[in-house]
Amino acid sequence: MALSRLSLRSNRFLRPSTTAAALPSSIRRRVSTDTTPITIETAVPFESHLCDAPSRAVETSSAEILSFFRDMARMRRMEIAADSLYKSKLIRGFCHLYDGQEALAVGMEAAITRKDAIITSYRDHCTFLGRGGELVDAFSELMGRKRGCSNGKGGSMHFYKKDACFYGGHGIVGAQIPLGCGLAFAQKYSKEEFVTFTLYGDGAANQGQLFEALNIAALWDLPAILVCENNHYGMGTATWRSAKSPAYFKRGDYVPGLKVDGMDALAVKQACKFAKEHALKNGPIVLEMDTYRYHGHSMSDPGSTYRTRDEVSGVRQVRDPIERVRKLLLSHDIATEKELKDMEKEVRKEVDDAVAQAKESPVPEPSELFTNMYVKDCGVESFGADRKELKVTLT
Amino acid sequence: MDRDPHVCVMGEDVGHYGGSYKVTKGLADKFGDLRVLDTPICENAFTGMGIGAAMTGLRPVIEGMNMGFLLLAFNQISNNCGMLHYTSGGQFTIPVVIRGPGGVGRQLGAEHSQRLESYFQSIPGIQMVACSTPYNAKGLMKAAIRSENPVILFEHVLLYNLKEKIPDEEYICNLEEAEMVRPGEHITILTYSRMRHHVMQAAKTLVNKGYDPEVIDIRSLKPFDLYTIGNSVKKTHRVLIVEECMRTGGIGASLTAAINENFHDYLDAPVMCLSSQDVPTPYAGTLEEWTVVQPAQIVTAVEQLCQ
Repeated sequence: MALSRLSLRSNRFLRPSTTAAALPSSIRRRVSTDTTPITIETAVPFESHLCDAPSRAVETSSAEILSFFRDMARMRRMEIAADSLYKSKLIRGFCHLYDGQEALAVGMEAAITRKDAIITSYRDHCTFLGRGGELVDAFSELMGRKRGCSNGKGGSMHFYKKDACFYGGHGIVGAQIPLGCGLAFAQKYSKEEFVTFTLYGDGAANQGQLFEALNIAALWDLPAILVCENNHYGMGTATWRSAKSPAYFKRGDYVPGLKVDGMDALAVKQACKFAKEHALKNGPIVLEMDTYRYHGHSMSDPGSTYRTRDEVSGVRQVRDPIERVRKLLLSHDIATEKELKDMEKEVRKEVDDAVAQAKESPVPEPSELFTNMYVKDCGVESFGADRKELKVTLT
Repeated sequence: MDRDPHVCVMGEDVGHYGGSYKVTKGLADKFGDLRVLDTPICENAFTGMGIGAAMTGLRPVIEGMNMGFLLLAFNQISNNCGMLHYTSGGQFTIPVVIRGPGGVGRQLGAEHSQRLESYFQSIPGIQMVACSTPYNAKGLMKAAIRSENPVILFEHVLLYNLKEKIPDEEYICNLEEAEMVRPGEHITILTYSRMRHHVMQAAKTLVNKGYDPEVIDIRSLKPFDLYTIGNSVKKTHRVLIVEECMRTGGIGASLTAAINENFHDYLDAPVMCLSSQDVPTPYAGTLEEWTVVQPAQIVTAVEQLCQ
C-alpha cells in the first residue's frame, strides 16, 4: 500500500479520487472485461464560457481505459506506418497525420453512439478508425486501391463511413462546418435525439463560414457541437500570428464554449458527454480541444521550420496521450508493463498485416473513372458537355 | 412537398415573405417553418447546410434569391455538392435542387443580371437544367426534386409573369431531354430560357420571309441532349445557337464544340452562336438591350446562314 502511494505521489498528473489503487491479484487478471466504474479526476480544469463547466471527476472503467490504450496505440501505429508508406511513395499527394491528437478521437467515441454524426477536415484517418473503420480499408484508400473506403477515388482527405455516420473527410478548410450544420439540421428535422460533432482546426476558426454556421445553429437550436481541434499551428502559422483572439471557445460569443485538455482522453470524454447533453437541450456549443500534432501539417512539411524540435519532444514527454493512459493503467494496476507492451506488439502486427493486405489489393479498373459521377437515374450516362457517346447512334 | 416529407425548402425570405418572386408563396403557412426555412443572409453556410442535410437523406430545395448570389456558395456547390458522391465512392448521394432567378432583367444593374450557367458548367457531378415556360418549369422542378443527383435549375427573372394553361394531372419532364418547340427543315435553332421567346418571335418573321426554322429548347444544359440535337442537325445541316450566356466560355461555346466534334460531317455551314456581349450588364435601357440578343439579330443570322 505504501509503495503504491509513493508511485502515485510522484506522478503529478494523476490524482485518482478512489483509494483502491492496488487490486488483489485474483481480480487483476480479468482486467480487459472489467466494467466496474472507476472515477478519475482530470489533471487540467475545464475553462468555460457562458456555461457551467462539467465536473472534473470522470466516470470510466478499467475496460474502457484499456480500450483507450489499444485504440490510441492502433491509431498511432497507423499514422507511423502511413508516414513510411508515404516516404516509399506508395501514398501520394497529401497525407495529413494525426499522431499526437489520438486522445480526441477515442475520447469522443467513448461519449457518443454510432448514430451521432461526426464530420471533420482532411486530418481524418484516426477519426475514421474511431468510427469503426477497418485498417485495411484505410490503407487501401491511402494507396489508391479498389478496396479503399472510398473505392480509391477519394484519397487521404476523403475517408467516409456512412453506416457509422462518419461524414468525412473534407479538403477545403472550413467547408465542412456548414455541412455539419446541415447534418444537425437533418437530425432536428427527423426529431431523433442525436447530435453532430463538427470538427475543425485553429486555422479554420478564422473562416467566415464558421460564424455564419454559429449564427444559424444558435438561431434554430440545432444539435451541433463545434469542436475546434487547436493544435496551435495552421500549417506553418502559429495561432498567435493568425488570430487576434486565441480563445477559440469564446468565439461563439452568444454560443457557450468549453476549453478542454485535448491530450487527456478522459477529459475529452467528459467534455463530449457534457456537450451532447447540452446540445440536445439548449442548442449549439463550442468545444476547444487543446491538442498537438507531432508531425508537420502534412508529409511535405517537416514541421520544424516554425517550431523547435525541443518543443515537439517536450510535448511528447510531458503530454503524450498514450503515455498518460499507460501511466494510469500502471498506477491503477489495471495492467502490467508486459501486458501493455504485448498489446502494442499485437497492434503493430495488426497494422503490418493490414498494410501487407492493402499492398496486395488491386487498383480500380479504368471503367471506375466514370462510375459514381451520377446516381443512375433515367439512364443518364455522364460524359460531360461534349459527350463522346450518344444514347442512340444515328443512322 | 406533399408527396415526400423529406423535401424541404431553404433560402432567404422563402417562408413568411413568400419568396422574392413569390415562387414559394403559401408554402410556409402550409408546411411550417422547419420545412420552409427562412435563412439569414449567408449563402455559403445555408448552401453547405442543405448539402449536409442531403447527405443524410433529406431533399432540400435551396433557393438563391438571385443566381448571382450563389457565387458566394461556389465552394460548397463545386466541391461538396458536385464531388461528394464520387469521392465517397458512392456512399453519399446529394439529392439537392439549387434554384433561383438569373439572367438579364429590366435594368437591374450588372451584379443582379448575371448568368451563372457558364461558371457552373464544368463542375463534375451536377446536372443543370433551364426552364422557359410554366409547363416545363413545373415538370423540370418535379423531376429535379425526384432526381438523386444534384440539379441546378436556372429560372429567369423576366419569365415569372408568363401565363399558360397546364395540365391538372401530375406530370414530370425528363431532365436530360431537349424540347422540340417548332419542327422545321431549313435550320436548327438551339436556345434555352428567355431566348426561346426571342427566337419564337424571330421565327414568326422568318416564316413570313419563307424560312422554315426548327426550334429546339435544349433545356438540359449539362449534359446536352445530343440525341435530339443530332437528329435535328442531320435533317437541316445548319445550326444557330441563341443564348443569353456570355460569348466567352458560355453554354453556346461548349455546345458549338460538342456539335462540331460529333456532327461535323453533317454540317453544311459553320455553327453560328449568338450570345450576350462580354460586358457587365449596363443600367441604361438601350445599352442593356444591346447586351442581349434581340429577335432582329436572330433573323439576320438565319438569313446569313441559309444563303
